[in-house]
Amino acid sequence: MVSESVDILNAFALLTNFIIVPAIAYGSQLALGALAVTLIYSILRFSNFGQGDSMAFGAVMVILMLALFQSDWANANFGAILPPFEFLSFVPTALYALPFAVVFTAIYLLVMDKLVYQHYRRIKAKPITVCMVSMGLMFVTGGIVRIINGPERMTFDDGARFLFSVRDFKEFTGLTQGIAIKTSQFLTVTMAILLVAFLFYFLNKTKTGKSMRAYSDNEDLALLSGIDPDRVVRVTWLIVATFTAIAGTLYGLDKGFLPFQYHQLLLPIFASVIVGGIGSPMGAIVGAFVVSFSELFLTYAYKKFLIYLLPGYVPDSLVQLIGVEYKYAISFVILVVVLLIRPTGIFKGKVV
Amino acid sequence: MAYLEGNSLVAAYGPVPILHECSVSVEKGELAVIVGPNGAGKSTAMKVLLGMLNPSEGSVIFDGQDITHLSTQERISLGLAFVPQTNNVFTSMTVHENLEMGGFLREDDISHTIQEVYDLFPILYEKRKQNAGELSGGQRQQVAFGRAMMTKPTVMLLDEPTAGVSPIVMDEIFSNILDLKNSGRAVLMVEQNAQQALNIADKGFVLVSGRNTHTGTGKELIADPEVRKKFLGG
Amino acid sequence: MNMVSEVWQSHRTQVTFAIMATILLFVGFNQSWPLALGIFNLCVISSIMALGVNIQWGYAGLFNVGIMGFAALGGLSVVLISQQPVTEAVEAGGFNMLIALILGVITVVVGVVLHNKKFNKWIVFAAIFLGFFAMRYFFADGANAIEKVNPAGTGYLGGLGLPVLLSWLVGGLAAAAAAWSIGKITLGLRSDYLAIATLGISEIIIYVIKNEDWLSRGVKNVTGLQRPVPYELQLQQAPWFQDLALTVGFGVREFSTIFVKLCYAGFFVTILVGLIIMANLALDSPWGRKVRAIRDNEVSAAAMGKNITRQHLQIFVIGSAIVGLAGAMLVTYNGLLNPTSYQPLRFTFLIWVMVIVGGSGNNLGSVVGAFIIWFLWIQAGPMGLWVAEVISNIAGEQSAVTLFIEDRVHHLRLVFMGGIMLMVMRFSPGGILPEKNKEL
Repeated sequence: MVSESVDILNAFALLTNFIIVPAIAYGSQLALGALAVTLIYSILRFSNFGQGDSMAFGAVMVILMLALFQSDWANANFGAILPPFEFLSFVPTALYALPFAVVFTAIYLLVMDKLVYQHYRRIKAKPITVCMVSMGLMFVTGGIVRIINGPERMTFDDGARFLFSVRDFKEFTGLTQGIAIKTSQFLTVTMAILLVAFLFYFLNKTKTGKSMRAYSDNEDLALLSGIDPDRVVRVTWLIVATFTAIAGTLYGLDKGFLPFQYHQLLLPIFASVIVGGIGSPMGAIVGAFVVSFSELFLTYAYKKFLIYLLPGYVPDSLVQLIGVEYKYAISFVILVVVLLIRPTGIFKGKVV
Repeated sequence: MAYLEGNSLVAAYGPVPILHECSVSVEKGELAVIVGPNGAGKSTAMKVLLGMLNPSEGSVIFDGQDITHLSTQERISLGLAFVPQTNNVFTSMTVHENLEMGGFLREDDISHTIQEVYDLFPILYEKRKQNAGELSGGQRQQVAFGRAMMTKPTVMLLDEPTAGVSPIVMDEIFSNILDLKNSGRAVLMVEQNAQQALNIADKGFVLVSGRNTHTGTGKELIADPEVRKKFLGG
Repeated sequence: MNMVSEVWQSHRTQVTFAIMATILLFVGFNQSWPLALGIFNLCVISSIMALGVNIQWGYAGLFNVGIMGFAALGGLSVVLISQQPVTEAVEAGGFNMLIALILGVITVVVGVVLHNKKFNKWIVFAAIFLGFFAMRYFFADGANAIEKVNPAGTGYLGGLGLPVLLSWLVGGLAAAAAAWSIGKITLGLRSDYLAIATLGISEIIIYVIKNEDWLSRGVKNVTGLQRPVPYELQLQQAPWFQDLALTVGFGVREFSTIFVKLCYAGFFVTILVGLIIMANLALDSPWGRKVRAIRDNEVSAAAMGKNITRQHLQIFVIGSAIVGLAGAMLVTYNGLLNPTSYQPLRFTFLIWVMVIVGGSGNNLGSVVGAFIIWFLWIQAGPMGLWVAEVISNIAGEQSAVTLFIEDRVHHLRLVFMGGIMLMVMRFSPGGILPEKNKEL
């Protein structure tokens, strides 16, 4: 009896460790990216295809700053990262560089807005034209990222730090299955909660935030009320840059840095936005978790879980619904199902 | 000299002339109505007064000052306010936020002005936390008026405030407009429902193809047989 | 100077084509003829792809971000149609695969029927779920069995062994079918939903080709594909060919490459010219007038009772079919299906740059765009090396800066191409050959 209930606990520890914890972290990263896309959509009125590559840009700025901190430019092997102060060693070093990365990303996006997007706002171009422009810019950003940091995969030492490890957990609980939480995962969730709280406070309580909502709701009336569209656009890019740089860095810490992988994030991000309802910040967050949990639940191999849960039964396959290589296909299927059943998304977004 | 007047305005959209020497005016505490058939240039006249379209000839005078060359923003800060015909509220924002956005440019405390709006339209106070998009047509129009009142305007320009609403709601809106006038503001509106509008108006302008054809008090125009025949359906 | 600009204004098309011909001749005389013909052939294939995209964007304003996927479907069709079947693999796993296929079809049909009969959505969901498991059971066994058959040589089902030219047609049809399903779901909704959905489907098509070894050999590539033209070795041994080479004055080996490339060029140019003629005829027909009416003013066209969504679906399917056809031609020309070569940069983005630079809405424009951009793309490599060399001369051969730049310089082409596209869209939205009959 006793061992059976322990086995059930083990089974759920397994699920927590391999699905729930990673899904929450990944969902938070997606949510930040999706919020940026939804903000751009509601205020600048186009779907930004450059979001994934902009996130890579943010991450690269962190890497660049860290390399400068180490002043080891000549042998710049951006991977080896040392904490500047011994007593702060539990804090990932990337965090020190993050403010700089946010500033650089903001500058980059604002300059690109001035050089590229502003023109299309002036001539009131169709949203789809601006969408295409964003694709052009996506490749420019991708190129810059690869020029600065190369196209190869890179992992951060910070990514391997643990808040508590599998061993700690096992010793503490006596279970055979452990749960580990990486510092980066903990950090991701904390930062995401803080940023989302800030965003909702800003949009609903401050004058500038409300003016952004007003501009998104009814541009002409916003102009009649004396709201300055240029300021709204600037503030939007600043918020977008903050979210983008932080999301990019957190994703990199968690999963390693690979420019092409950021490019591929576009699909899950768009899926999150559309599932939640395009233009709705709450929807972007909910959508992100729908996507991340579906991805992990469907690609997890349940063999070990079943062995714990059903003693005496040993499945002859991995019991995996969908191969990991198709994880992005899951985003796509979710996207298609939502478009078929409820094109407005969970929180009624804009469809036209 | 009237409080707000447009004198002999000539204006065109590109090559197409719309207004030919058209004049309109309104005094403080007065309700003036511009009526006329479709395409007569009623809304265009209003756009010229607001600075959304530049006249090629003529002038716009406000409180004795020539404002012909000021931008819309500048005119609004002087005390003009405009309520568009459609999309005149922020539907996804609460009534209260709509009023706040109306007072966006103001640096001083706007709570008194908000209270004034609530006093004028008590139903809005009850619904202040609801999204404007969820309100009825008449209530929405009140939000639109309220939003425009937030800059403490002395002149309010209304573009077809009763377009597309039921007769009952129309009466409600007209009574709201009278409230606006009675609070000492100058109100100038463009109206399709000419009969009802002239009934409550102090002054009326009949425009046909961009020209003034008849001008007078509301009662005079209703009494005028030619105006009755052509515009009021007998 | 005045006269030059006058000629340019009145004969833009002719002048542009003359310049392109000159460039190719220059490469031919100065470098080599096989190189010039190689560039030419890839230019023509790119032109066809750009033409398909141009029809979608120029005729209907549809933004297709999945060019790569439609081209890959065309490429896959070549393998599935023209390769010889691997009998052993078919025997090992074909039966299971057939059952899996039938179960898959049944699942979809049952799901749709239950849904249409307004059954509880959980029942629909459960039916699909069960069907999926049943299908997967047979599928996994079948795939395993097939992949075990001589993995180093085959390890896949092979194709139907039909003529390769037929596979070009099938490639177009396959792309059309994919486009139809995507268009059916997203057209009529927001305009960028189509873009997002095409992005998704194209990535998924690539995943399938990369991962489903039983179907496409995955990243092991399928090589030695059938050709619609003779092989160089056969030609070199044929007496008539040796005589011909002598008459023309080339070495037999060089001339055999040239001859093969010329044969391909014959196929490609015929198809390109045929497509352009058909596209232009279609645009002048009543159908084309309707298309233009809708494009110039969607609102009034809708008011006149024209079904915009259906029209857009037609155009999207036609355009994608052309892309699929070009994808099949490209794989045939290369002689191999290499899934890792499908990069969004090379297939989706580059084609878009071609369309924009050439002149969106103008069919000849996409040909011009394809020539220019492909040429720049090929030459960007040498140019990058040249930049690196200049820098190493200044900074010293082993300096960190030189090493850094040599390592990264080829990524400049992303920035360069993106820059070209943004500049053209900003300063000359009509491209090199602007569309003539567009109302501005």
